[in-house]
Amino acid sequence: MSDTALHATAGTDRAPRPRFWHDLSFWGLLPSRLLMGFALILPIFIIAAVSLATRGAHGGFAWDFNLAGYRQILFNEGWTGELEFTPQYLLIITRTFALAGATTLICLVFAVPVAYFISRQPPGRKAVLVYLVTLPFWVSMILRVYAWMIILGKDGTLPRLLETLGFPAGMSFMFNDGATLTAMVYTAMPLMVLPVFASIEKLDGTLIEASHDLYGNRWVTLRRVILPLTAPGIVAGAILVFVPALGAVLEPTLMGGGKQMMMGSLIQLQFGGGRNWPFGAAIAMALMALVMIFLIFTALRAARREALP
Amino acid sequence: MNKAIEVKSVSKSFGAYQALKSVSFGIGNNEFFTMLGPSGCGKTTLLRMLAGFESPDSGSILLNGEEVVAIPPHKRRVNTVFQSYALFPHMTLEQNVAYGLENLGWEQARIKSRVGEMLERVHMGAMARRKPAQLSGGQRQRIALARALAPEPEVLLLDEPLSALDLKLRQAMRDELRTLQRDTGITFVFVTHDQEEALDMSDRIAVLGGGEVQQIGTPAEIYEEPVNRFVADFVGETNFLDVEVLETAGGQATIRTPFGVALTVPATGHAAKGRATLSVRPEKINLGDQAQGVVFEGRITNKNYMGGYTHYTLDVAGTELRASRRNASREGDTIPLGATVPVGFVAGSARVLAA
Repeated sequence: MSDTALHATAGTDRAPRPRFWHDLSFWGLLPSRLLMGFALILPIFIIAAVSLATRGAHGGFAWDFNLAGYRQILFNEGWTGELEFTPQYLLIITRTFALAGATTLICLVFAVPVAYFISRQPPGRKAVLVYLVTLPFWVSMILRVYAWMIILGKDGTLPRLLETLGFPAGMSFMFNDGATLTAMVYTAMPLMVLPVFASIEKLDGTLIEASHDLYGNRWVTLRRVILPLTAPGIVAGAILVFVPALGAVLEPTLMGGGKQMMMGSLIQLQFGGGRNWPFGAAIAMALMALVMIFLIFTALRAARREALP
Repeated sequence: MNKAIEVKSVSKSFGAYQALKSVSFGIGNNEFFTMLGPSGCGKTTLLRMLAGFESPDSGSILLNGEEVVAIPPHKRRVNTVFQSYALFPHMTLEQNVAYGLENLGWEQARIKSRVGEMLERVHMGAMARRKPAQLSGGQRQRIALARALAPEPEVLLLDEPLSALDLKLRQAMRDELRTLQRDTGITFVFVTHDQEEALDMSDRIAVLGGGEVQQIGTPAEIYEEPVNRFVADFVGETNFLDVEVLETAGGQATIRTPFGVALTVPATGHAAKGRATLSVRPEKINLGDQAQGVVFEGRITNKNYMGGYTHYTLDVAGTELRASRRNASREGDTIPLGATVPVGFVAGSARVLAA
């Protein structure tokens, strides 16, 4: 058979391409497509649009294109219309990143030993411990934060304990960044422990033995073998903790007393009492942009790490 | 003899299971020493104790005369080639080999030349910048060897390093390991369950079974003069015959075989009168016109042609015997199934063991 004959048969015999609605996966994925579309992508576009609109006199907004929302993040508009640099919101953004970063670091320091300990247990106990780590998720987050208010607040568990130990009475640990941080670390901890545990669990124990065998002490083994090999889990945990921490609302509001604001509570304030929807939307968009930069940076680093020389 | 390693009355239990029951032996300097035994015999536990990953419940371990039980693995001048190789997957081959040297605090220049030298020695110089995932099993094996030998350890421990390789490669690696051991003069302690590997490579073999040392000796001693049934059975093929010891004198025993023949054979391990076991290796039993020594008659009930040699199963007055015969010429395999042929073995090649 010649080449041309082959081509001719291939052309005529080819079955018509099935329409996409004949494909089962189209219907299988339809619910999640609709959900993502209506509950995630559409709202993002709405917020993006609102951030570019004009603030309404009594809340809400008007569909007039306006960059005032974004401008307000860095500049204050005086009575005469001149722009004056105000660090007020920049401070909140900085505090947000500092608190979220601190939360991530503290979670990491606590989670690595915990995850390592769990991974060393016999299978039955391991399952129980992993279950215990996830246990806080079974209680509403607002209750968990309130529990910390009871522990740290005036006449709370900790001040009373300190009082019986001879410290001055009536101490309170509430309404500062420390209190906010405590609650943030507490609520985020399982999100760090679980991925770190998963990657330590996968780590081949003989590699640790090989490191000791080749004259590596515990510290060298941790730094040169355990940490590099569990890096994917650590990065995953860091993202899971850091990104939601940037949008924390409950902890700064309840524990920080609302005065030490974070971006999340600032956004909430603009849509609520502040009645400045375009400004709230603009901060939300700015936060999202910063998160995207962080994620892209991490993804690029991971890709470079994966690449073989 | 200068002892590289001395193991003295070492015992170890895991829960109710007693892995080692007061084991003692010594390993000489520059020796290729093999611990051979079935799985669960305690050989891996012993090796891990020499490396420092396990500690004995009682007893002591001396490395060049120095007690090491309390010394952690990273302070022992002992390196291990792991069964799974345990190469660091995130490091290049170069970095893997350099790892131990860096931890020992060698200078950069010295590390560099030593790493190059070791990679050349295992014929992996061209792949220095690759990562372990890009290597074949045999290549990983060689890197594991280079990494363990680079720091010039006093003793090299090898935990079944050939078991993951295919047959051809395994044979080649045996020779390579033996050459490396001779060239470096480092004491090798090799763990395996493969008796052929042990016989091929070792200066001396310790056969372990049930948490105890069954016998220590050269490969020929282990094979030709097994001290008990366990060793005779585990190392190589053999025929066990229930015999009765009639008389013993000067390391010789006069015995009666189940098929009626009485003969005098070596009995170094066992000298009590009464019931005993006679061990005769299949290749020591000769058939047809080659039959010599103690000769009797047997019928061929089964044969397995293996090319170079043929395995025969014989019926000798109700007792089953296995014999193997080298097919020395094109007409080697000539004895037909069902034939009754003369069967014989030289008395000195059989051994009496405790029943």
